[in-house]
Amino acid sequence: MGGGALMTEQGLIAGLWLVAGIIFAVATLVVLVRLITGPTLLDRLIASDVLLTTLILVAGTEMVINGHTRTIPLMIVLAATAILSSVAVARFVTRTRALPATVRAPGSNDADL
Amino acid sequence: MLTFDGILDVAGALLLIVAALLTLAAAIGLLRFPDPLSRLHAATKPQILGLILVVVAIGLSERSATVLLMLIPVVVLQLLTAPISAHMVGRAGYRNGNIDANSFVVDELAPDVDAAGRADIPGGAWGDEPGVDRTP
Repeated sequence: MGGGALMTEQGLIAGLWLVAGIIFAVATLVVLVRLITGPTLLDRLIASDVLLTTLILVAGTEMVINGHTRTIPLMIVLAATAILSSVAVARFVTRTRALPATVRAPGSNDADL
Repeated sequence: MLTFDGILDVAGALLLIVAALLTLAAAIGLLRFPDPLSRLHAATKPQILGLILVVVAIGLSERSATVLLMLIPVVVLQLLTAPISAHMVGRAGYRNGNIDANSFVVDELAPDVDAAGRADIPGGAWGDEPGVDRTP
């Protein structure tokens, strides 16, 4: 096998990595649109969940590309704690609806949640 | 002509692209679907399958048993917690009342809500603290 074939092989792999990175970037931007526009708190919660999942996947992708394993602890911690925000906000949403109107903060309404 | 290492690297890169496409599909679903439940359906796809693909890609890239052993907890934790958070979000949406009841094919919770006598609230009884009557 000559040097040309080796170059092609590495070029192919680098190109695939580039494509994966671009797709991740586009996906993140699309998720950010939903995160900003809402319209309800639940939509934003789901969008932030997807954003966190994307972060875990990108951390793994970066390890493959740069050939190291330093961010594995980050992946473990993120996978373990991703549930906390979802459960906390979901319970907050349920509780807020359940409270009588007089207890709710002035100006808040159900459509906002 | 690819070497064996080269084939593994290309396979890993292809797995990364599939994982990225799953994330993109979830993002587009998040943007295009009309209500929180449909968006939840789209959002939960890359959480497990995408993660498994990336973990396999790392395994193909590093080719080390130690690394693979360290990555197993990531998948297991995600397998355990992703359904819980998805359930909590869906439950909150139902009780919050911002899910269109007409979009359900079957609403198996509604008869139970009626049986509990809490038809005044979408989703009925709070269920968080049984026995507490907070009727206004």
